[in-house]
Amino acid sequence: MATEKKNISEEKEAKKKEMILFLSSSEEKEHFLSKGNRKLLSDPLDDNNPITVQVLGICSALAITVQLEPAVVMAIAVVFVMAFSNIIVSMLRNLIPSRIRIIVQLVVVASLVALVDQVLKAYAYDVSKQLSVFIGLIITNCIVMGRLEAFALGNGVYKSFLDGIGNAAGYGLILIIVAFFRELLGSGKLFGFEVLGHKAATVADSTGLYALGYENNGLMLLSPMALIVVGLLIWVQRARNRKLIEEN
Amino acid sequence: MDFINLFVRSIFIENMIFAYFLGMCSYLAVSKTVKTAVGLGAAVIFVLTITVPINYLLDNYLLRPGALSWLGAEFADVDLSFLSFIMFIAVIASMVQLVEMIVEKFAPALYGALGIFLPLIAVNCAILGGALFMQQKDFGVITEAITYGFGSGIGWFLAILGIAAIREKIAYSNVPAPLKGLGITFIITGLMALGFMSFMGIKL
Repeated sequence: MATEKKNISEEKEAKKKEMILFLSSSEEKEHFLSKGNRKLLSDPLDDNNPITVQVLGICSALAITVQLEPAVVMAIAVVFVMAFSNIIVSMLRNLIPSRIRIIVQLVVVASLVALVDQVLKAYAYDVSKQLSVFIGLIITNCIVMGRLEAFALGNGVYKSFLDGIGNAAGYGLILIIVAFFRELLGSGKLFGFEVLGHKAATVADSTGLYALGYENNGLMLLSPMALIVVGLLIWVQRARNRKLIEEN
Repeated sequence: MDFINLFVRSIFIENMIFAYFLGMCSYLAVSKTVKTAVGLGAAVIFVLTITVPINYLLDNYLLRPGALSWLGAEFADVDLSFLSFIMFIAVIASMVQLVEMIVEKFAPALYGALGIFLPLIAVNCAILGGALFMQQKDFGVITEAITYGFGSGIGWFLAILGIAAIREKIAYSNVPAPLKGLGITFIITGLMALGFMSFMGIKL
């Protein structure tokens, strides 16, 4: 009798688990911004940052950080692509055969990126020219594929959405920080405005810092400096957050 | 002479990693030892040399404005270039799958060496980047596309080989703790990229 009861309760438990797996947390009675969900959003900003900790998505990131404007546009594009690709793949996750899942994911992402590309070409042509192939390269941005594989394939729609937003924001944050320093130190501007004063042909005619003989650091405009700035960012982050330090 | 120029440019001056940061994810993840780095580098050369010319044909006979004119005059002004992302990535993913199967069947030794790296390559930005730059550069003949693909692959190979060798040695040095691993790799890559910039302006 007792064993029978146990069996039944076990069965119930298993069914419950199955249900949870199937519907995942999206159907659970959980507050929209419960602690767990907030963690999904905030973790990628620091402790689990896609660029500095997970080492994903550096490919298309660094070349466009010479100025702030393209970096911001890129960050917005990635937020859009990641949020929606996570939603779509999460909705399809029980239908995709695992053998061809990579191709399915690539097609979902590629269609979203094509959409972004067309919108940019229509409404922000200059930025779209500046970003050139790098918008297309969001498709193979490892952070998109990585989160689809690691999260969206195994979690509910709402959680995947939050995860996508969080990771894309963490990615965008690094992009914007790097672009901020490179534009400020490299050309003395932010979003194209001359925040450090105007540089004229001679020191006497210049205003702001340039009147004191300040010079822009042209090195910051070269692509290798993006790598070095990210390296220094990692240094700062890990010195502050010591549990991220690697063994070797 | 043009081909040699293009070849050298794509290896050194327009290096996939040092000039465009393409394929950085696998570059950072697989560069811990020279042996695996060589495996991945060889696979990248292989796949780039195959996919860039195929995508070139696709672009020229299917996608770009006016490419469909071989079908008849009424197709002459069809512009399918908005499909290029999807087509390119589909070609790359399926080519990688195909190459994997062919290599497994006919060259088991090579498969043993490249095997696990081939699937990784479908999502390597350097491959799609090669196709997109090829589209931008507007090559006249297919041999140029082949040269470009092969050269970019060699450039990527050189980069990952170099960083792997340095990382093997740096394991013995006294790097500040927060910089260990990823941080120092980024900075070294930056310095290597500065070095590669000295090739700028070379003309053959």
